[in-house]
Amino acid sequence: MRLIVTYLIGVIFGTGIAVAGMANPAKVLNFFDITGTWDPSLAFVMGGALAVTFVGYRLVLPKGVPLFDSKFTLPTSRVIDARLIGGAAIFGIGWGITGFCPGGALPALGTLLPEVWTFIAAMALGMVATSFVTEKKKKA
Amino acid sequence: METAFTPLQSLFGGSLIGLSAVLLMLTLGRVMGATGILAGVFAPASQKDWLWRVAVILGMMTGPWVVFLATGKMPVVEAEMSHNALVVGGVLVGIGVTLGAGCTSGHGVCGLARMSPRSLVAVLVFMGFSVATVYVLRHVVGA
Repeated sequence: MRLIVTYLIGVIFGTGIAVAGMANPAKVLNFFDITGTWDPSLAFVMGGALAVTFVGYRLVLPKGVPLFDSKFTLPTSRVIDARLIGGAAIFGIGWGITGFCPGGALPALGTLLPEVWTFIAAMALGMVATSFVTEKKKKA
Repeated sequence: METAFTPLQSLFGGSLIGLSAVLLMLTLGRVMGATGILAGVFAPASQKDWLWRVAVILGMMTGPWVVFLATGKMPVVEAEMSHNALVVGGVLVGIGVTLGAGCTSGHGVCGLARMSPRSLVAVLVFMGFSVATVYVLRHVVGA
């Protein structure tokens, strides 16, 4: 039951990404190309997603506990440091090169295009290698 | 290459993304961040923890097929770039979202909705760098 509901939530997310145009790198890159072939559509994606989430979280979080778990698992870090800013900058460069972000590329995998699998494989490599190095540093 | 401006369609798609974020919080009490969900697949806390993450990702991959069933057309995915660009960009995205602890969905939607200052900084930085990167690639290098 829990897994079916979770799967369906993923379906809603993936459908939203596909309808919004976020799974299409050409559209995403045009959003960034303000002085060229600018396509402001993605501002509407962010606006719609943010408005619904902002209101929805305020209805859900006061309940204290989620339906299928004992507690809400929320990010607790408040630190704004070089790691956050540097990481965001590196992500921004990669996003600017490819037009794929993780939330756009995972639904795009469903189209079975080889380009998406190449991107996801490279991204997974970057993720696993980075956590390996940072975990090692933490232990040292 | 030009793409059509689709404000209503994008607003509707964005609302669905928001709805999924709210539902994941309501049911599992989790943030709908693609980076965090995927990172946990590679290093799950338990079998139960691994399963829900895989279920969400399989659901995400079903999304384009829902559009296909509803409209008869598969959503367009145009990635017209070299293999090297995809690999280099992909690795950079992987490194960046891991260090920065989030991407467009985690920081951009869930973090901003929780009014996290950390997420606001991350979003401004990655958006700024994406705009700058596209400017350099299209209008400086590619000009």
